Amino acid sequence: MKYLTLAAGLCAATAASAETPVLNVYTYDSFTSDWGPGPAIEAAFEDICNCDLQFSAVGDGAALIARLNLEGDHSEADVVLGIDTNLADQALADQFFVPHTLENPTLTLPIEWDNATYVPYDWGYFAFIYDNTKTDSVPANFRDLAASDLKIVIQDPRSSTPGLGLMMWVKAAYGDEAPAIWADLSDNIVTVTKGWSESYGMFLEGEADMALSYTTSPAYHLIAEDDASKSAVAFDEGHYMQIEVAAVTKSADQPELAQQFLEFMISDAAQTILPTTNWMYPAATPTAGLPEGFETLTVPEKSLLIPAEDAGSVREAALTEWLDALSQ
Amino acid sequence: MARRAVSIISPLGLWGAAAAALLLFLTLGTLAAVAWQAEFTRGLGRADIAALRFTLIQAFFSALLSVALAIPVARALARRQFPGRQILITLLGAPFILPVIVAVLGLLAVFGRAGIFNQMLNAFGFETVSVYGFSGVLLAHVFFNLPLATRLILQSWLAIPAERFRLAQSLGFAPRDMFRQIEWPMLREVIPGIFAVIFLICTTSFAVALTLGGGPKATTIELAIYQALRSDFAPGKAALLSSIQFLLCTLAAWSAWYFTRHQDAAAGFDRAVQRSDAGAVGLRIQDGLCLGFAAFFVILPLAMVIKSGLTGILNMPDVVWWAALRSVLMAIASSIVMLSLVLPLAQIAAKEKRAWPEAIAYLSVSASPLVIGTGLFILLNPYFSPRDLALPVTIIVNAAMAIPFALRGLLPAMREVEASYAPLADQLGMAGFARFRLLTLPRIRRPLGFALGLTAALSMGDLGVVALFADPDAGTLPLMIYRLMGAYRMEQAAGAALLLLILSLALFMIFDRGGQKNADT
Repeated sequence: MKYLTLAAGLCAATAASAETPVLNVYTYDSFTSDWGPGPAIEAAFEDICNCDLQFSAVGDGAALIARLNLEGDHSEADVVLGIDTNLADQALADQFFVPHTLENPTLTLPIEWDNATYVPYDWGYFAFIYDNTKTDSVPANFRDLAASDLKIVIQDPRSSTPGLGLMMWVKAAYGDEAPAIWADLSDNIVTVTKGWSESYGMFLEGEADMALSYTTSPAYHLIAEDDASKSAVAFDEGHYMQIEVAAVTKSADQPELAQQFLEFMISDAAQTILPTTNWMYPAATPTAGLPEGFETLTVPEKSLLIPAEDAGSVREAALTEWLDALSQ
Repeated sequence: MARRAVSIISPLGLWGAAAAALLLFLTLGTLAAVAWQAEFTRGLGRADIAALRFTLIQAFFSALLSVALAIPVARALARRQFPGRQILITLLGAPFILPVIVAVLGLLAVFGRAGIFNQMLNAFGFETVSVYGFSGVLLAHVFFNLPLATRLILQSWLAIPAERFRLAQSLGFAPRDMFRQIEWPMLREVIPGIFAVIFLICTTSFAVALTLGGGPKATTIELAIYQALRSDFAPGKAALLSSIQFLLCTLAAWSAWYFTRHQDAAAGFDRAVQRSDAGAVGLRIQDGLCLGFAAFFVILPLAMVIKSGLTGILNMPDVVWWAALRSVLMAIASSIVMLSLVLPLAQIAAKEKRAWPEAIAYLSVSASPLVIGTGLFILLNPYFSPRDLALPVTIIVNAAMAIPFALRGLLPAMREVEASYAPLADQLGMAGFARFRLLTLPRIRRPLGFALGLTAALSMGDLGVVALFADPDAGTLPLMIYRLMGAYRMEQAAGAALLLLILSLALFMIFDRGGQKNADT
């Protein structure tokens, strides 16, 4: 078997580290970047696990799923971290993951979380961000926004997870009326970008009055840049949530270590790192509380989320509606 | 005279065959690997047909505009000498090599809603003009491809032997006759190929078309492929769409071949062009306007990239500098690999008058970067860890992606050498490497330097193909830019983008200058 011989050769090359078990975690790229949570998470987990934690990074959550599909049974992944609830549906769970072994994890999500496979580690609300020194009156909901002259820049749900989140948001808030909302919004939309970075960059350059991002985005500007000019708009129909989850793969070589990692991800050690590196809310607020500055953030009165069981079917129908409404 | 055919078992034939095999593997081979994954193939839906239609229309008009505008600009550059000409030519290479996201932000800083252009309109009391829509797609594609077209056409203009212009002058040709008798035949030879290449580049556009197009109306085939290869995971559909891209490529290559008229060249004494036919005031003004337009159109967005990067570049973390070093080394390696692939192909195409090297090179323009990356991953992943292969795969793929442009630049010059000197060289029994070194090489230095520089610069800016192979600890400079942006650090990202611009242009200039050294023998 050529594959085994080659694999053996590769293993031999790294024989020095063969003593300590290696935990392979697949995640999205910005998680592992020098400015993301990856480096601190790795150090903190290696302190307690007596193992070598190795991140492999691919693009974003959707790219992670593609990679799992491509690798099939050959996947080296023990844990996949960073799929959001719009993509982490039951079909995906059945195909790739095993149930987690956490018993009654203490979570502080604004909604009930009861899923046998996915463990949430951080979350946020999607929201439109505006510059409070330039824009005075902000809309109270999507209808207001559609009726206003405000220009927004959003992401394409086919290539971006925030873009997908916005599409699900309108669907969750308006149901059958969603196509009409999109049609009304079309003259407010400056453009639709491939990813979050493009649209947020365009917003900061003044190309649009608002960009789709998270309620936690102003925290970055406030904490890291000492700039209080960015705020999130509160919509009275509620805000859709992005919950980022992790799960243990069926093909995991280190299932116990993998489960230990999931437990670690919702422990104080990891949860303290996430807010100011991933700029999201922790899934289980650490004992020390949220970092200073987070108390200034807009907190929506109502949380919206389409449950994992329905996410798949809603996604397809909503995408067709979105495309039809905006391609007129 | 009967020409001795280079048989496939000659060293040149073998070398060329190996280069062709690699290109075929990277394009059709990876497509087959993706198609193999599919259990069933869904047909094309209404949305896919719309995407196909939009892709074709925008690519056609983008290519048409780019080439049409490039001809007068290249002509002005060819017959004028002025201070800063060299810098202008170098800067013209820049849009093509910038990462898409950086170029788009630069472009919007000029033509966007809050851009300079609209600020000026508003200052004079006019309404804001929106760039988004079909015109925005064309604007962006012309911004990217006008400079490329200009460079490629300029290359051929400069390859016209000076004697032809002198003869024409002594015969009292007016500029119009000069154009009809000398320049038009040259254009007939190179324009179809350049048009085809730009058309194909534009068919694989995705983020630019979407952003400047203003929404899902501007969906291209490449976006549909992207969608099919991600959360949907429908590789069959991706393979089907990619096959359509290759079909388009075949059509474009065939049309280019059909419309190309090879001219029968008469040899000159191999000296650089000294033009004194263009002294008329009217022509001076005309050329000045063309150059002014090109400079304004290309340099203004670049200036915005530079301006926004100035504060960030002084304040960048060490990892960015390491990424920059890695990118430079990889770019140089890519150029060397590219050279080893393109020379045999160009030699066979020129000497043997064969069409296949060009046809194969076209394939890699129309290949979807995502399909190449995915196909390679499927083929290599069972045997190797993708992380270990990140470096060689990136270098080879970048080299292969640059070949069509290198070949476009090299072929006219090599054909000219063959047409002008082959009979003499054959009589003298000059063959093999000696013939290449003594006869061909000195005469293709300029396009060769251009090809090397372009490859280096292109691979500096690359991100797309090898995303699946990325090693998180060994990121390249473009990846760092995206990471910084993803972490809200837009200022540092702008700084890194400026660094990328500087390094790419520097690499391009070093190779390009090297090519021009002693070019005026």
